Amino acid sequence: MRAIAAAAATVGLLALPACGDDGGDGTVTVLAAASLTDAFTELARDFEEAHDGTTVELSFGPSSGLANSIVEGAPAGVFASASPTAMDVVVEAGEVDGSPADFAQNRLAIALPQGNPGDVRTLEDLARDDLLVGLCAPDVPCGEVAARVLEDAGVDPATDTEEADVRALLTKVAAGELDVGLVYETDVAAAGGDVEGIALSPDAPAGTRYPIAVLDGASDPGAAEDFVDLVRSEEGQRVLRDLGFRAP
Amino acid sequence: MTGDRRQRPPVALLVPAALGAAFVVLPLVGLLQRAPWGDLVDELTAPVVRDALALSLVTSIAATAVSLVLGVPLAWVLARVSFPGRALVRGAVTLPMVLPPVVGGAALLFALGRRGLVGSWLDDAFGVQLPFTTAGVVVANTFVAMPFLVVSVEGALRAGDRRYEDAAATLGAGRWAVLTRVTLPLVRPSLVAGALLCWARALGEFGATITFAGNLPGRTQTMPLAVFLALERDRGAAIALSLVLVAVSLTVLVLLRDRWLRV
Repeated sequence: MRAIAAAAATVGLLALPACGDDGGDGTVTVLAAASLTDAFTELARDFEEAHDGTTVELSFGPSSGLANSIVEGAPAGVFASASPTAMDVVVEAGEVDGSPADFAQNRLAIALPQGNPGDVRTLEDLARDDLLVGLCAPDVPCGEVAARVLEDAGVDPATDTEEADVRALLTKVAAGELDVGLVYETDVAAAGGDVEGIALSPDAPAGTRYPIAVLDGASDPGAAEDFVDLVRSEEGQRVLRDLGFRAP
Repeated sequence: MTGDRRQRPPVALLVPAALGAAFVVLPLVGLLQRAPWGDLVDELTAPVVRDALALSLVTSIAATAVSLVLGVPLAWVLARVSFPGRALVRGAVTLPMVLPPVVGGAALLFALGRRGLVGSWLDDAFGVQLPFTTAGVVVANTFVAMPFLVVSVEGALRAGDRRYEDAAATLGAGRWAVLTRVTLPLVRPSLVAGALLCWARALGEFGATITFAGNLPGRTQTMPLAVFLALERDRGAAIALSLVLVAVSLTVLVLLRDRWLRV
């Protein structure tokens, strides 16, 4: 399969010199925040359809962990982070080609299992001892934002678990093993009918920005640049908007 | 013994052997080389680390105790009692050794979570909830580590010489006396080795724990979880924690390995 893919990539590059004018290998490795799972999976498919012979490899995880692996030398072409902090780590290490650009915004929301078994109404309910309360670990972006929101509201949460990334937290809320969690609005939407959401007050500091950048180590810088362009294009913005992301 | 006849080991074996050893040891060297030696004491006495270390010791010892109580009888039954489906049970019991621990944790959540098959009953009948509790960590550890004990003890029981037991029974010893005075002493080396290996495995457990018991400092955040999350932010702390785990595990294995391989 790999040989076939490589052959196809080569043929594609010959046929479409515009895609490979930097002499790249026709592969874009994209490291993206866990909350971008659905959006980037769709965009990668669109990209491969539009760029015959180019392959997009996706890897999702907590932005902070991805940033560390880039600094440690993980071979990647594009980094899309759920927080400017994680992007800064990569920029400071000199791994970014050019400068990062914001492509979306997101906000935290209160997530509940379907039917709201814990009868959660407001952010203050996260302090209730009788509930199973989940947050993201403070070391990852969604946990960083959650801590900020809770501090701003003066709520001391009765936390039962600090999950390693936002999708792990979402899964446990969706399974009904947690009564409440703070995840991104887009995660609530992605969970479909399994999860109910309550929006936080517009005054709450619940927002986060998503920067994206081409990395120095890109094996095909031209294709990486094209992928970033797609994310920031009208089409990319429509995909993100449909999944609940806000414009940058 | 033929060991006196010293031979030069063939180069064809020495070279791959050296490469094999280097392959295993090299990552440890990497860990040592990046260790924050100057701040090691500070890193290891931070409250989060102390909590994680204490929790790891308590839960891994508890898991070993549970494994002994349940696993030794299980090993005995699997070795000595013939019943339909025994091969299947033997396979199932060792499954956690090869299953990705995250899968094990998810399976535990579906079975023992409060919406799970057994978990919903535990919750309704006794008000017991295991996920996100220290008891949940012990459950996850036991699930992953107990097979190491069972396999070790069962192997010794099956390989052991049953004539001693028969002799004891002929001389009038009851079944319980035979078990406690003859059978268990005979398999003691395997029992000890199995228990230590089980403990070491429980100490290193990560995937099933974070999936089933979650992660909360002081309650469910064991050493491996602390290492994983520290890697997100503070690499020095992560390496310091890793060194403790490596030191503890290596000590156990060095003390144990010869004995383990012999039984």
